[in-house]
Amino acid sequence: MSDSAYRVEGQTGTWEVVIGLEVHAQVISKAKLFSGAAADFGALPNSQVSFVDAAFPGMLPVINETCVEQAVRTGLGLKAAINPISVFARKNYFYADLPAGYQISQYDKPIVGEGTVLLDLADGKTRAVGIERLHLEQDAGKSLHDQHPSKSYIDLNRAGVALMEIVSKPDLRSPEEAGAYLRKLRSILRYLGTCDGNMEEGSMRCDINVSVRHPGEPLRTRCEVKNVNSVRFVMQAIEAEATRQVELYESGGTVVQETRLYDPAKGETRSMRSKEHAHDYRYFPDPDLLPLVLAPDFVARIKASLPELPDEKKERFMRDYGLSPYDAGVLVTDRAAADYYEAVAKGRDPKTAANYVMGDLFGALNRTGRTIENPPVAAQALGQLIDRIGDGTLSGRLAKEVFELMVETGKDADALIAEKGLKQVTDTGAIETAIDQVMAANADKVAEYRSGKDKLFGFFVGQVMKATQGKANPALVNDLLKRKLAG
Amino acid sequence: MSLDNATVRTIANLARIEVPEADLPHLAKELSTILGWVEQLGQVNTEGVAPLASVTGELALPWRADAVTDGAYPDKILANAPEAANGFFLVPKVVE
Repeated sequence: MSDSAYRVEGQTGTWEVVIGLEVHAQVISKAKLFSGAAADFGALPNSQVSFVDAAFPGMLPVINETCVEQAVRTGLGLKAAINPISVFARKNYFYADLPAGYQISQYDKPIVGEGTVLLDLADGKTRAVGIERLHLEQDAGKSLHDQHPSKSYIDLNRAGVALMEIVSKPDLRSPEEAGAYLRKLRSILRYLGTCDGNMEEGSMRCDINVSVRHPGEPLRTRCEVKNVNSVRFVMQAIEAEATRQVELYESGGTVVQETRLYDPAKGETRSMRSKEHAHDYRYFPDPDLLPLVLAPDFVARIKASLPELPDEKKERFMRDYGLSPYDAGVLVTDRAAADYYEAVAKGRDPKTAANYVMGDLFGALNRTGRTIENPPVAAQALGQLIDRIGDGTLSGRLAKEVFELMVETGKDADALIAEKGLKQVTDTGAIETAIDQVMAANADKVAEYRSGKDKLFGFFVGQVMKATQGKANPALVNDLLKRKLAG
Repeated sequence: MSLDNATVRTIANLARIEVPEADLPHLAKELSTILGWVEQLGQVNTEGVAPLASVTGELALPWRADAVTDGAYPDKILANAPEAANGFFLVPKVVE
């Protein structure tokens, strides 16, 4: 790390950035954390609200077993300690979209304790980042401020939906590491099926704690940048906030602990003044809820049902398919992509399969806007194409052409090869004829080549391939050309 | 433990209760008396006693199955709202 470490260069010296992230991940469940109202999005306002969610007097919360299970599953996926006894607490504050005046959360006894996330860095190396805790809590409702000049509109459909707050240790040291952490966390959550990880839709939101220091110093005061909703903005916000703090220190000022907002349009953070007095949440154990006790066999059953996670899958891909750490890391990020790759690679050359999936297929997905779940070329069809390279029907170049046709037409490789006559020419006679014609038409170049201008060889290969519409077997063309040109 | 006027002002602010300056000394005295009364518990020796979450003892936290069994009555939810429109609660504008 030391030589490639991220640093902010100031007037008075070099600064290191210390980052911790708090991620709010919406739990995948049918109903809310403490009520039987639906937890999905997009319904008419206040149509998925029970009296519990709206905090009508006398209503009591009853915990949803699936939400507990999802939190434990996530904890196990983060290699974290599961706490057999945890306690729900009330976090008190006033806001229009929080009907009870408190959020049910967990404070000093969260359901999940310390764990680890492995970052996949650009150079193929990994780095461990500590997880401090994971706790369960309720989401708040939604406020719309732009519907009316003097009123805010409140929709409580989201109020009471289960969130997992996942808190990292202050182990991150650069915007890139923060981005890698978020992408990895999202990948793990999606593998586990506990959160869909859609930052754009708000089902994964991020608060960033940032401080700066000279390398080797103890930690300095941090600021919290709230509610950043994309990986890119998280990285930008860290850079902006670190730069602000360095400039502040260097102009003789000090950083005050406060909550800030990132403005992507201006590329800067600004203070949220309204929150200045709101930091006394007066947590206390919720008297409506007994401690949450997890039986050992409940946890064991969840552990036994965990899928193969990205880190293990990456190891296996490197071991069984001989892939580089980078390729394996890219392929396992998305479970569906990993499954697709395995279907293609099975019984075929794993590296050719990796190149096709990561290059041509991912390119085609980007271009067509389709997803790996609904690909323009099915895994089986791509496998057949690769088989046609293996058995010599197609050259690598022709195969790329066939792949593009497959994307366009949806037809399979064999059908396209027959239809377009794309079969590779391996008939030496036909190739020799083409070579003779090219040599006859370029007698001057043949003479130059024979007098020592070796570089012209590429020109002849090109001409022969052109004469055969790219269908000649390149290895054969090379062999025959060399022999004929030698005279 | 005794509370001063400033602390009472802060507590009132956190609870969104408007307390006139003149009432602060009286409230500080009253709240201090209550705290003093509760502080008597400190005399009990609790060495080695686990914290008690509930006096019901045997009861465990009840769990519910993950099923949609409630909601879908926006009219009832909004029935007591001082102001509502298009299915939303309307409140005085709160903006950051």
